[in-house]
Parts: sequence; structure tokens; C-alpha cells
Amino acid sequence: MIELENVAYNYGGGELLSDISLRLQPGSFHFLTGPSGAGKTTLLKLCYGALVPTAGQVRLFERDVREMERDDIALMRRRIGVVHQDCQFLDHLSVSDNIALPLMVAGRDLLAESANLKELTNWVGLTERAHALPPELSGGERQRAALARAVIMSPDVLLADEPTGNIDWEMSQRLMRLLIELNRMGKTIMIATHDIALIRAAKSHVQARVLRISNRRVQLAGADL
Amino acid sequence: MLAEFLAGDAQSGKVVPPTGFTARLTLFSAFAMAFLTVFALALSLATGRLADRWGAELARTSTVRISAPAGEMAAQTEAVLKVLETTKGVASARALTDEEQRALLEPWFGPDLPVETLPIPRLIEVIETEKGYDADGLRLRLAAEAPGAVLDDHTRWRRPLVRAASRLRLLGWASILLIAATTAAMITLAANAALAANAQVIGVLRLVGARDAYIARAFERRFTLRTLAGAALGTVLGALAIVALPQAQPEGGFLTGLGFRGWHWLWPLIIPPLAALVAFAATRAAARRTLRNMP
Repeated sequence: MIELENVAYNYGGGELLSDISLRLQPGSFHFLTGPSGAGKTTLLKLCYGALVPTAGQVRLFERDVREMERDDIALMRRRIGVVHQDCQFLDHLSVSDNIALPLMVAGRDLLAESANLKELTNWVGLTERAHALPPELSGGERQRAALARAVIMSPDVLLADEPTGNIDWEMSQRLMRLLIELNRMGKTIMIATHDIALIRAAKSHVQARVLRISNRRVQLAGADL
Repeated sequence: MLAEFLAGDAQSGKVVPPTGFTARLTLFSAFAMAFLTVFALALSLATGRLADRWGAELARTSTVRISAPAGEMAAQTEAVLKVLETTKGVASARALTDEEQRALLEPWFGPDLPVETLPIPRLIEVIETEKGYDADGLRLRLAAEAPGAVLDDHTRWRRPLVRAASRLRLLGWASILLIAATTAAMITLAANAALAANAQVIGVLRLVGARDAYIARAFERRFTLRTLAGAALGTVLGALAIVALPQAQPEGGFLTGLGFRGWHWLWPLIIPPLAALVAFAATRAAARRTLRNMP
């Protein structure tokens, strides 16, 4: 699905990531942890083709990102849902329209998809807020809306970058339950987070691999995680 | 395809937030440029008519003027007409009557001019065939047969006038091209500003799988429709201003009046779609270039 082979990435004149090999198997659940600035976001970006590695090879669904045109990357994004810490909404569109954005850009008929959209909005608990604008939402609501947007195209993989970074513990747990539910539906999940407590709590509900970025490399985390 | 574009994809249309500054700039530019284009077009068409009229009306006529003492006038007139009858390239020639000469002089000397008693030259109107005559040869023959006869083939003053009118027409068309280029430049600036202001929007669209063509289309449609609206307004007001111009009177001489005649009124109708086409091309180029350079 997503494979990284001996990947390095340079940033600001130095090597941020070095010799990283990683394979996300279908239906797997990964946590990616490490201190701030370790390169978690960069690694996630490499995983959805937003960045091209300085060295090594990144393959998305069997295709080398270096050989992909920009349009190919765009089409690939429809198979990889992404949730950012800052959510990245179009503030002039309603929550419902933001959730439906991937359908719009894919040229899908929104009328035909309206039942699916309602169901998804309800699943993330935002039915009452569907017509609100993103700036009117709380942190937790924004994350859930971003999650709904990321999965509306029914992607094979979901990548989340610090999805619980701006929300309280209770809301974090609620979001994690949604992510675990998605994984049980067969989706491949990778979550970048520095929240160790969140990882420990999640591991009691899902079989997850925990990867740690340390000294520019990725390694399997120890038994404490 | 055009209808599809104009009807638009309501979904793609709304992904880009409306931006007041570029919207106003585009509307105003399109309005002003269309307004100016109507005038440039009117100037081109009017000078074109003028050049054609002068060219057509004067090209095949010339005049022989006979200045001779009263006693020799009839003989010299007779001699000139004979020369003209036998000149290759002359279709017809006739001496103007006293009444016709009086009518010609009436605007300057009034209606009761005693033409018969005044030493006024006799005028002979010459109509040429399509091929025309050899003016230098005719002058030599006239000098031999009627020393008081002078051939005026109108070339001397007609050519510069026709040339000036043609040059004016060319200037009019050049102005239209310049206006189109300026419109393209202004729309490009506005589109670049809109693209830069919406970098975050473009980032989100790419994140959710939008192709560059989709993003570009959202901008193209918006700028094209704004330009169409501004240009339509400018064209209507420009045409109304042309209608409001004072009419050229027949006494106005050779000036035909700056305006449209007959089916030429249809010409301004192409200004809004042409402006929209220019805006579409300019926005497409700007959007594709910007998106290509965006990480």
C-alpha cells in the first residue's frame, strides 16, 4: 500500500530523516511518535506524496512517487485520507460542504451522495452543526469534521497528524474510538502523535505498532509502549 | 462546451471564496476597456467608410479646366472635347452647363451670380474607364490643342486624404489590439493576486485530491464571467454614447460622422464575448503557471 525504502529527506540544509524503511500493510494500525521537530509530519507528508524524498524510494499503491505526475498524486490522494492538526478547512463553506469537498473535486454527484454525507456527518456527531462555518466549531468538532472529510471517499489509508493536539482528553478518546472503528472496517491507519497516554489508552482496544522517530531514523518502540 | 462552461459547475464555482478587490478590478477593467473598444471600433469603421468613399467617388473622375479669353472659350472647349473623345481610357466627357457651374459657386457667391459675364473657367467633367487613361500623355495633347486647358485628375489631393483615412483606420484597429492586450494584462494581474490570496485554499483543495485543472477551472470561470459582465455593461454604455453623438449634417462635407451605420451596429456585440475569451485565456495561463510553481 504505502512503502518507504531507505528514504532520506533533507530540510534546511540538514538531513531530517535518514534511511527510513517502512511498509503499511492493509488493515494495519500504526502510531508514529517522537519529540516535536523529529520529523513526524515530514514522514506523513512523504507517505501521501506531498513531499518527494531526497534519497530512497516511496511507493504509493505500487507506484514510485518520483514517476508520478501532479495529477496522479491528486488521484492518489483520493485513496489516502489525511487529517491535519490544524484541520485545513475552507472557512467560507459550511461544515457539510467541507466534508463533501473530496466528492466535489472528484466530480461526484452530491445529490446522489447526500445520504452517505448525512450518515457520515451523523457518525462524527456533527448533524446539528452541519450548516455552521468552520470558525464556529470547537477544536473537537473541527477534528471530527476533518476526519469525516478524510474518509468520505472511503480511502484505503488514513493518515492523521496530531489529530488530538488541540482537544481535551475526553474528546481525544471519542476521536480515537472513531479511528479504531475505521480500522475495524479494514482501513489502514497511521497516527502521528507525541501523546504517549493516548497511545497507551488506544493499545488496549486495537493491535497497533508503535514507531518512534529518533536520531532521524524510525524504530519500533519499546515494550513500554 | 461553451454553454457548459458558462452554465458552470456550481460545485467548483464555490470552492474559491469571493474576493472583493480582484472582483472589482476585473469588472472595472472589463467595463472601461469595452467602453473604449466601442469608440475605437466606431473610429475604425468610420474612417474605413471615409477612405472607401473618397477612393470610390474620386478615383474615376477628373476635371479639365479651360481658362481662355471669351472669344476663344468655345473653340478651346470644342478642341478639348475632341481630344477627350479620342483618348483611350476616357469613358465620357462633357462640359458643365452654366447652371451647373452656377450651382457649384452658389455656396460662396450666392444664387444670382452672372456666370455668363464673368471670366470663369469652363469645367469639363471626365469619367474614366476602369483601366483609366495616361494622364501625362493627355496633358501633352491638351497643351498642343488647347493651351488654356489644365487637367486635374484629383490625384494630388485625393491620395493623401485616402492615405490619412486608411492610416486612421489602421490606428483604430491597432488601438483595439492594444486594448485587448491591456485587458489581458490586467486580468492576469487580478488572477495572480487572487491565486496568491487563495494559496491556502489551493493547498486544501490539493489535500483532498483536486487536480490542477479543477482548481484552474474555478478561477477561469469566475474571471471569465466577471469580464463578460463588465464588458457587456461597457459595450452597452459605449454604444449609447455613440448614439448620443451629434449627427453629421450633409453640409458637413466629407466627414461621415463617428458612429456605426446599418449592420455595423452588430460589431459591438462581439466585444463582450471577445473580452471573455481574452479573460479566459489570460486566467488559464496565469492559473496554470502559478499552480505549476506552487509546491
